[in-house]
Amino acid sequence: MARVGVFVCHCGLNIASTVDIEKVVAYARGLPDVVVAEHNLYSCSEEGLSSIRKSIEKNKLDRVVVAACTPRTHEPLFRKTCELAGVNKYLFEFVNIREHCAWIHIKEPLSATDKAEKLIAMGVAKARLLEPQKETESSVIPTAVVIGGGLTGLTAAASLAAQGIDTHLIEREEKLGGVLGDVEVISPEFSKSGDLIGQLVKELKGSRHAKVHLGAKVVAVSGFIGNFEVTVEGKGKQEKIPAGAIILATGAQEFMPKGEYGFKEMPEVVTQLELERRLASGNVPRRAVFIQCVGSRQPGREYCSRICCNASLKNALRIVRTRPDSRVSIIHRDIMSYGTASERLYREASDRGVVFLRYGLERIPKVVRKKDGVVVEVYDETIDEMVDLDTDLVVLATPMVSREDARDLGKLLKVPLDKYGFFLEAHVKLRPVEFATDGVFIAGSARWPSSVTECMGQGLAAAAKASIPIRRGKVVVEAITASADPDRCAACGNCVIACPYEAIEIVEEHGKRYAKVNETKCKGCGTCVAACPNDAMQQRGFTSQQLSSMIDALIKSTEEET
Amino acid sequence: MAEFSPTILAFCCNWCSYAGADLAGVSRLQMPPNIHIIRVMCSASVKPEYVLKAISGGVDGVLVLGCHIGDCHYMTGNHRTAKRMPLVQKVLKEVGIDEKRLRLDWVSASEGEKFQKVVTDFVDEVKQLGPNPMRGVKW
Repeated sequence: MARVGVFVCHCGLNIASTVDIEKVVAYARGLPDVVVAEHNLYSCSEEGLSSIRKSIEKNKLDRVVVAACTPRTHEPLFRKTCELAGVNKYLFEFVNIREHCAWIHIKEPLSATDKAEKLIAMGVAKARLLEPQKETESSVIPTAVVIGGGLTGLTAAASLAAQGIDTHLIEREEKLGGVLGDVEVISPEFSKSGDLIGQLVKELKGSRHAKVHLGAKVVAVSGFIGNFEVTVEGKGKQEKIPAGAIILATGAQEFMPKGEYGFKEMPEVVTQLELERRLASGNVPRRAVFIQCVGSRQPGREYCSRICCNASLKNALRIVRTRPDSRVSIIHRDIMSYGTASERLYREASDRGVVFLRYGLERIPKVVRKKDGVVVEVYDETIDEMVDLDTDLVVLATPMVSREDARDLGKLLKVPLDKYGFFLEAHVKLRPVEFATDGVFIAGSARWPSSVTECMGQGLAAAAKASIPIRRGKVVVEAITASADPDRCAACGNCVIACPYEAIEIVEEHGKRYAKVNETKCKGCGTCVAACPNDAMQQRGFTSQQLSSMIDALIKSTEEET
Repeated sequence: MAEFSPTILAFCCNWCSYAGADLAGVSRLQMPPNIHIIRVMCSASVKPEYVLKAISGGVDGVLVLGCHIGDCHYMTGNHRTAKRMPLVQKVLKEVGIDEKRLRLDWVSASEGEKFQKVVTDFVDEVKQLGPNPMRGVKW
């Protein structure tokens, strides 16, 4: 028989002002196998945790239920307390009576109290059936693979190599540098991008830990954290690289307008990167008009590409600084010169006579060919008038868009992309530069259009994160993996097909064919569990018995009520 | 007679809809207290048997919530949910239970408001359907 302890949290007044805690605690005492039910003002406080710990020890509890906030933030804390009190952390069950109850039924304290009771009954029912689990460890190949040889990838690879970690940098082009190769100077300090790239390439070439693969493409990725195998193809040969961690830094590309503003029809209309190339070769226009948000922040591509405003400010300044006779206008929908340094560029541009005009989507500017050049006709919202700007060059500031092969790469690495084709990190705040897939990391513009500073910061961050499992030499696998009972399993293979991670195979052991789960490949989604027609497949911590018992508890507590 | 207050069971996946429910809570979005969440790692792990068990035991409605298609934490888990749950609805209909007692929807981690709306709508619908005829039936 299990010895369950229930600890109900007031969370100050957060829960207690809606849910009648005393009543809930009294109810919990009457639930099967509950030997003690207590309440704490703040369960997660030092005092709360030590009181739970003492109660576990005093009452010889072997199952712990905390009814408080959300497991998504606080489960690790209470699991730790269980461990300190000598109870396996997988014998802990969390019941959410704050986010899912007190906070959303503020005006219905009676119903909220009833609901809290039911939720606790469900939690206790599951807790009684929990089993201690042992986490497994697996070894880590001390090698990293960085995909993409742009600034982000170079930064990450150089950082890993400098730490003494064997690093393979895979670049599909014949040269390193990526998009930055087309950009001569970097905003906001106008340093030479060539110096930056050159320095990183020098570091890599001089390192015995780094190997650069040029003209090489990733064609297959198998394995899991600590034990990946990346297949690279290039120059007619194939190479399999075993790796412990992978960093994806494939960047983004400039959006090419499709006929907007006379692009490709008039030679005077160019993109920002074309302007960069012209400026780099000393071809500085006297008159230029920048049109911002071409192909972004509109239906179909709603996002702000973030770096185009700063790029236009930088290039406008390069023109006006070089040619005092120049006339430059920036037509924008909002200037996003975020960061103090870039804000200074905006001021300088203003001071030097760069004209800023604001347009709206309802009346977008027009580029018109006239006898002696091109004219940009723009409706200026501020003065409510049409303005004609004669110019030698029209620069279309288009957004960075995802690489055309991003989806294929995402499939190879089994990582998700957002609707625009940028890669989705696990959690922007809690797990930056990580993918939900362990051991695979994301940095730079492949994640979202990023500035030079951001690309480098993220490259370094990804290198630091990737080095953690490699340095540790082993990874712990959370014990929520699935396994099949060989006696129930009919080896039908449904689970093998259902598994998104190719973690299951049909094996034959002791003359019996059954589905065997590779614990390190299994991510604990439970898809195979629902696919199993024999109830042979079970997910640890979410077994069909445990979940059924929760349903039973809900039915029973509802019946008692009526 | 007091207004019928249905008992509703919800399966929420850990990564999207459970987090969406958390966000609804943090944002103090108010909704009817009929819903009781079981957290699962992925909506694809919800066995049809769970739904049938709940309905045959008298639970008035079952809500299965997952990540939006394309956003599944486990890549394609919810594709299976999307195929499986309509089949379960067919089974319910076949045995004379209104298939509307089972609803499948997608709520992302950032959609607290959608969670509120889905829950509110579903509770309203189940109220209209009335008590589950299986309530109180002893096997």
